[in-house]
Amino acid sequence: MGVDLLPIQKPRWGELDEEDDEKDYYSTLLPKQVIGPDEHGVKKVVEYKFNNDGNKVKITTTTRVRKVATSRLSKSAVERRSWLKFGDAVHEDVGARLTMVSTEEIIFERPKAPGQEDTNASGDPLTRGAVLIVCRSCGKKGDHWTSKCPYKAENLNHPSVSSVTDDSEKGDVYVPPIKRGGADMRRRNDENSVRVNNLSEDTREPDLHELFRPFGSVSRVYVAMDQKSQMSRGFGFVNFVRREDGEKAIAKLNGYGYDNLILAVEWAAPRPK
Amino acid sequence: MRPILMKGHERPLTFLKYNRDGDLLFSCAKDHTPTVWFADNGERLGTYRGHNGAVWCCDVSRDSTRLITGSADQSAKLWDVQTGTQLFTFNFDSPARAVDFSVGDKLAVITTDPFMGLTSAIHVKRIASDPADQVGESVLVLKGPQGRINRAVWGPLNKTIISAGEDAVVRIWDTETGKLLQENDKDIGHKKTITSLAKSTDGSHFLTGSLDKSAKLWDSRSLTLIKTYVTERPVNAVAMSPLLNHVVLGGGQDASAVTTTDHRAGKFEAKFYDKVLQEEIGGVKGHFGPINALAFNPDGKSFSSGGEDGYVRLHHFDPDYFKIPSI
Repeated sequence: MGVDLLPIQKPRWGELDEEDDEKDYYSTLLPKQVIGPDEHGVKKVVEYKFNNDGNKVKITTTTRVRKVATSRLSKSAVERRSWLKFGDAVHEDVGARLTMVSTEEIIFERPKAPGQEDTNASGDPLTRGAVLIVCRSCGKKGDHWTSKCPYKAENLNHPSVSSVTDDSEKGDVYVPPIKRGGADMRRRNDENSVRVNNLSEDTREPDLHELFRPFGSVSRVYVAMDQKSQMSRGFGFVNFVRREDGEKAIAKLNGYGYDNLILAVEWAAPRPK
Repeated sequence: MRPILMKGHERPLTFLKYNRDGDLLFSCAKDHTPTVWFADNGERLGTYRGHNGAVWCCDVSRDSTRLITGSADQSAKLWDVQTGTQLFTFNFDSPARAVDFSVGDKLAVITTDPFMGLTSAIHVKRIASDPADQVGESVLVLKGPQGRINRAVWGPLNKTIISAGEDAVVRIWDTETGKLLQENDKDIGHKKTITSLAKSTDGSHFLTGSLDKSAKLWDSRSLTLIKTYVTERPVNAVAMSPLLNHVVLGGGQDASAVTTTDHRAGKFEAKFYDKVLQEEIGGVKGHFGPINALAFNPDGKSFSSGGEDGYVRLHHFDPDYFKIPSI
């Protein structure tokens, strides 16, 4: 919503008739204008109002109109549709936004791709616990917690001694997460991210998920969308749980013909800081 | 699919129920106000104010005019669905838990928790068509099971009441005499508290979910075990698709353990199983806590889940869902 201040055009009081000055005052406002909806369903409403200071303001409201699929309803259901709100719903202010459409696309996740065995033994992470335990002292995964590291004292004998070990040697000094070894928390989301270019406009996240699923477990699929038109911008990202799967996918799908276009698949460039 | 998020409750959800036409969705939560939503777009229609404790369960009459709710404030209330006015209050000496209208809406079953030396009980109340004639007396009171009775529903032709609860036993009671007719076999039954029970559309079989990380499908008349669905987490809620041979299980680790582990370890997803093959066919993620309530729209084209996180998520299935091969 945009608000533009127009120069004050409030008529001087002397020019107004005494009785109906209120009416005249408002008649100087331009009528409400509705533009659209255009082919993207974007509708613009331009209104003119006076604000509290008596200034004339132009309010432009841009909304997108979408058609929602209709289903057959019984007679009583149609009648219920027009029921008046009651209880707390009566005083519901528009800004409350109790009901929202998820911004995230939720995929109905199939446990394994049809006709393909799931290669990674997806055990229970709670009982397995292994992936969650990473020793920051020696970098060993799934064996022990940092505080119980058996190599702490004799860390020189341990094969994977690094500069990180030296830091933690100093005792109980706080080490910010960024300087700790082991699992890098910050980059967790863009790990093993594959960028897919030259997608057709009709490709959606579920399509991409279907295309990449045969190579291994996919943790995230994202297709860049144009905010306004909700059209695909022609590229997307796929995150794999394991890097090897990503490599396989790149080897296979780079240059692959998909929906009349030739895909360009590559490792995604790390996000600029 | 993009689910619709409904944030009307301040506390964890406890129960969800669609009316028969599938256009209204009723939600109960640990806050004191059950809420009704339009089931297509998730718009809030109204709230039912009057309870003074957590609301555990609700049921709506077939013609969508009456709502019954059971609450921890030791009462069950009858409401007018359209206006949200209280029509009648059934008072008990202990918290009310499960409520269910019989076929024909002439009777209702209400269970009460064990409390201050009282044992749990199943009460059968007559529901008058005119609220002015409504009385609070129980037609029948059934006692016997140890611990809470988490769900009680009417069996075929209102001849029986099926109950399940903390003692992990499914029981079938005679509604005429009040006698216990059947108890499930200990060897094949659940090992821990039964948290939820959902009837099939025709009432011929029902599904129970338990904290022993499994759900079981039973025959409503003979109480024979038909299928068992094994999952990785305690099951808090179950639902059956009226359209396809699918069952949905919802749950997740105990709410008290959520903060101690990685959020991905919690597995707060609604898991879909093939009803016949007992195989997992899919999952729908989204909640930030265990799922406490699940309900399928009677048309089978959408379902909603309510979580410990206070959100109701309403999912309209993509066309792909209906293409999942089944036998």
